[in-house]
Amino acid sequence: MSVPLLELKDLHGGYGASEVLKGVSLEVYSGEIVTLLGGNGAGKTTTLSLIMSIIRPQKGKIIWQGTHLNEGTPDGVLARGIVLCPEARRIFPLMSVEENLKIGAYLLDSRREGEKVEQIFDYFPKLAERKSQLGGTLSGGEQQMLAIGRSLMSEPKLLMLDEPSLGLAPLIVEKIFEILLKINRSGVPILLIEQNARQALKIAHRGYVMVTGTIVHSDTGKNLLESDEVRRAYLGE
Amino acid sequence: MMEVILNGLVRGACYALVALGYTMVYGILGMINFAHGEVFMIGMFATVFGIGIASTLLPGSIVLSLCLGVTLAIVIASAFGYSNERIAYRRLRGAHIMAPLTSAIGLSIVLQNFIMLSVTKDKIDFPQAQSRFFSENQWEVCAGLSISYLQLLILGASFLVMGILFWVIHRTKLGLAMRAVAQDRTMAQLVGISVNKTITTTFVVGSALAAIAGAMVSMYQGIARFDSGYLMGLKAFTAAVLGGIGNIPGAVLGGFILGLTEDLTSYGVGSDWKNLTTFMILMVVLLVRPRGLLGERTAHKV
Repeated sequence: MSVPLLELKDLHGGYGASEVLKGVSLEVYSGEIVTLLGGNGAGKTTTLSLIMSIIRPQKGKIIWQGTHLNEGTPDGVLARGIVLCPEARRIFPLMSVEENLKIGAYLLDSRREGEKVEQIFDYFPKLAERKSQLGGTLSGGEQQMLAIGRSLMSEPKLLMLDEPSLGLAPLIVEKIFEILLKINRSGVPILLIEQNARQALKIAHRGYVMVTGTIVHSDTGKNLLESDEVRRAYLGE
Repeated sequence: MMEVILNGLVRGACYALVALGYTMVYGILGMINFAHGEVFMIGMFATVFGIGIASTLLPGSIVLSLCLGVTLAIVIASAFGYSNERIAYRRLRGAHIMAPLTSAIGLSIVLQNFIMLSVTKDKIDFPQAQSRFFSENQWEVCAGLSISYLQLLILGASFLVMGILFWVIHRTKLGLAMRAVAQDRTMAQLVGISVNKTITTTFVVGSALAAIAGAMVSMYQGIARFDSGYLMGLKAFTAAVLGGIGNIPGAVLGGFILGLTEDLTSYGVGSDWKNLTTFMILMVVLLVRPRGLLGERTAHKV
């Protein structure tokens, strides 16, 4: 646990002139599930956009495996092993389930594609049944599984997920989090953004709480789950 | 009657090739590239000049010089398509839809006038030696129906090219990238696709198809002129809308319907009526099916 895999140092950034992040520092170590909690507009998605180089930081550093990521492009960041499973899933609606998976490995050699697709089907047997169905015809839960599967196709060294529970029934959310845990145990570190704090903290090793662009708490998942303040603010108790 | 249908199919194949360029660009950028007709016209000119140069350098070889002419047309039209996107559209990508549209109309007029001023305002003739072999020989299918080699060539080449296009779109990584950018540009970027490169490639592919159509039409009509792309562009655009703009099979269907309508009208009513009928049909189809015959494909829940 000495050198972090990903490290954000005093990161500032936003869209145009507006500053959404006002100095965010966080770390993800290899093997971990780290969750970033916060309400709407706290800056969670902005943090992921900065890591993916979709937008440029105004100040601060993003360090990945010891080197800077600041001046990259999204495909460059992906090539270095960070993948983002975006908010609202963004399945390609007119591609089959299989094509949606294969496109996740777009930057990789296509010879091993078939083998990798089979691995994803092991995680999500439901997807195998719907292999040739169009992505747009799947249910919300299936689309989320497909989105996660597509992200895994790039063989990431860090999987970032933006609100995977959004709009899904509780039972399906539970199932998805179970699979995230399984993915993590197979050796993929996860940075998870959630509004569903309870679910996220149950599987996370550590968590950060974000309010209007700054980190206000950070602790182990267990401690955050038990902290009165977090319970009141995010767990509705 | 069979001959009328045959003529309509040949005409339709040419419309279809040009319509594909409109529909591909619309699918990926949501804009109508009104300069596409001019790329077709440049393809016509490049074919004629290419054959001229090739037959001076290699006298006597009719088929080889024809192939070289078409190759040159593809290269030059693709270069124009590439630079059109870079110069006139790329910077306007985030702008209001009227901006690239107006830029496209402007570019269309600029290209027409550029050819008129720099080459000629008169028509140029397709080299006789190359077209004679194809137009004078014919294949007698049955009594009362014969197909000229030229018509065979046009139909055969069109189907071949369209087949290759479908294969590229559905079976290659490039095609996957093109469909991804058309469906969700942000997500395409997140799986590592270079959006700019994919859009440029789409323009180049569409321009190559227009160049092939330009080569065939100039050979079929025997002439080319700086304004040859105007009506062709409008009609191919019409064909694309008729079939469902953004839909690839739709553009092919629309092209053939348009071609058949024109020749059947010319035969049944008189050729003066063909444009009127064609555009009336377009309007009626759009009133009944505003998204065109095959529509923009959308996924439905099953």
